[in-house]
Amino acid sequence: MDAIILQILNGLDKGSAYALIALGLTLIFGTLGVVNFAHGALFMIGAFCAVTLSRIISVSHTVIDETRTDFLGNPMKVEVPYVHGWFGVETGDALIDWAVPLSIIFAIPVMILIGVIMERGLIKHFYKRPHADQILVTFGLAIVLQEIIKYYYGANPIPTPAPEAFTGSFDFGAMLGFDPNTIIYPYWRLVYFAFAAIIIGAVFAFLQFTTFGMVVRAGMADRETVGLLGINIDKRFTIMFGLAAAVAGLAGVMYTPINSPNYHMGMDFLVLSFVVVVVGGMGSLPGAVLAGFLLGILESFASMRQVIEIIPGINQVIIYLVAIIILLTRPRGLMGRKGVMEE
Amino acid sequence: MFGLEKKDARLLLLVLALTMFAPFILNPFPEGSGWAQFNAGYPDLMQRFVIFGIFAIGFNILFGLTGYLSFGHAAFLGVGSYSAVWMFKLLSMNVLPAIALAVVTAGIFALIIGYVSLRRSGIYFSILTLAFAQMSFALAYSVLTPITGGETGLQLALDDPRILDGAAHAAGNIPVPGLFGLEMRDSAELVLGAWVFTFNIGYYFSAFVMLASFYLAIRIFRSPFGMMLRAIKSNQQRLNYTGLNPRPYTLAAFVISGMYAGLAGGLMASMDPLAGAERMFWTASGEVVLMTILGGVGTLIGPVLGAGMIKYMENILSKINSDILHTWFAFLPDGLENLLVTLVYPFIGKGWHLTLGILFMLVVIFLPGGLVEGGQRIAKLFGRKKAKDTDGGADAANSTTPAE
Repeated sequence: MDAIILQILNGLDKGSAYALIALGLTLIFGTLGVVNFAHGALFMIGAFCAVTLSRIISVSHTVIDETRTDFLGNPMKVEVPYVHGWFGVETGDALIDWAVPLSIIFAIPVMILIGVIMERGLIKHFYKRPHADQILVTFGLAIVLQEIIKYYYGANPIPTPAPEAFTGSFDFGAMLGFDPNTIIYPYWRLVYFAFAAIIIGAVFAFLQFTTFGMVVRAGMADRETVGLLGINIDKRFTIMFGLAAAVAGLAGVMYTPINSPNYHMGMDFLVLSFVVVVVGGMGSLPGAVLAGFLLGILESFASMRQVIEIIPGINQVIIYLVAIIILLTRPRGLMGRKGVMEE
Repeated sequence: MFGLEKKDARLLLLVLALTMFAPFILNPFPEGSGWAQFNAGYPDLMQRFVIFGIFAIGFNILFGLTGYLSFGHAAFLGVGSYSAVWMFKLLSMNVLPAIALAVVTAGIFALIIGYVSLRRSGIYFSILTLAFAQMSFALAYSVLTPITGGETGLQLALDDPRILDGAAHAAGNIPVPGLFGLEMRDSAELVLGAWVFTFNIGYYFSAFVMLASFYLAIRIFRSPFGMMLRAIKSNQQRLNYTGLNPRPYTLAAFVISGMYAGLAGGLMASMDPLAGAERMFWTASGEVVLMTILGGVGTLIGPVLGAGMIKYMENILSKINSDILHTWFAFLPDGLENLLVTLVYPFIGKGWHLTLGILFMLVVIFLPGGLVEGGQRIAKLFGRKKAKDTDGGADAANSTTPAE
């Protein structure tokens, strides 16, 4: 029993990332009808927003500290971050420590801007062209973005730690009445899950309860009619693209402490996210979220030792296997609308 | 000639001439000169040109004719490589049985994967093929290690049985692949003044295979079968209404293109007898998509051009570093020199992928027909100018459009 709970928990954080990326992909597909292969790159750029901000915050200058001496007996030179000078030592250290969560504020405008530029500058011209062309051009864009990041940040993963307060692990075993230390779970992953839940909730609430969201939903159902009512639906869809980019970016920002960001992390996640979208049903937002968590948890169950002993290698292929079975038996995915991209 | 139309026969002859004289054409700069680094006429790279040419030709038969975008074609290449290496290990170092087995196994794999994947079309087909290829990669990397060699890859060993020629290679060295005594890695050098030209047996063998597959591809393009595939691309629904079932045709195209990939994989293993799982990774599948689109999808010569271009960039452009750039721009004033080097540097050397990505995007946006369409447009431009001078201009424009 405790092993099962542990696997479910382990699946949650990966599942959250899948769900967030798949949610953005589906938002774009549902509104604009574009298959965005560059979405993984947006996730990656989000992660590098966090890297950038934590670098900016910890920019330092060298100060000669008269009270200490180095091994030669000269006054020691110490690196002092500028934030110490501006906000005092304690606040400065706290800022550096909390760089990753702070990046959320920094990443939202950046990602929305990138998303809007992408849509207006490139993807706009591809609405009328076949899906294969959309896949190809966004695939090319993904390569370009990835290489730009690689040029400026190098090819190695950049460790970006979570705030001090979240570094430990939470002992679920003790809380639920099992033996202590059987189910331990890092705090940050809990934070990530909660964060994903908030974002997903916010997106759904935004679509469900605001006038803007209502118009967007109407546009998803019948774009032409909404346009005939005198509503500028293109502008709203552009904003939705920006929001989808922001969702992917935020997923990336918060993912940095779990996995040190590198330039190809986006592509690694993208392939799986597409599988998630297809399993959930093209164009279905709840489907994307459900499939994301489902596949994340399935993957972590498949990597249990007991399972691998029965079917070796299953942990490597489970997601693809599920996708193949779903695609062949239930073409529109778990919760896909009838008639959307069935062919 | 060979049952080809005049235009196609001319194209085939052109490709024949290009491949046969490739060691000369690709080595235009004298050895030791500053430009020698742009020489692509060394065996390793030339082999890659033709082998990836085969891969791309095969991919084009599927994508170019039927419009089905497979994102998992590298799986067949990997399967081909593995089976060829196994043939070297078990039977003989002769490349023919190895390549034959590579083609057959890749064909069987393509039949299975195609039968399942072709139930869906569009993006779903792409995802299905991607899923199958990623599954093959993951399995080859982990569980199937006894068959595939896992992370280290499949390599030849001294104590392999090699039933047919076990005694012939008892000298204590691992034998090299060959064709009835001709070793694939053997080459002859021709020194003409400052120029050095290398003629490699492996290259010429691959080149002949490539020509044969190119010829086959022309025949497929021009056959009623090819017409049927094009009909599937242009309007599958109408095809259904006329009472034709497109599935057998798409499956045949999928299997043929899988066999082409297997052939390329077998050749790759014949040139360098090892096979690794990374050949099946989805980036490798993405690469063949890039090649085909860049060259010109649906055209005959396009994929070969695209393959050549990407492999050239991968091997030549990636070698240029900032020192070389500085020597190029040395004639400029220092400030300008440094500025130019900083501007150009991200696009070359290790950043060649960036150039590739930008080029690819430009092609998809502005030139959906790839380099071939670009060539045609330029030819038309000149053709029009000529037409004003002479009446034969239009004819000249037509003859310079190699395919389609």
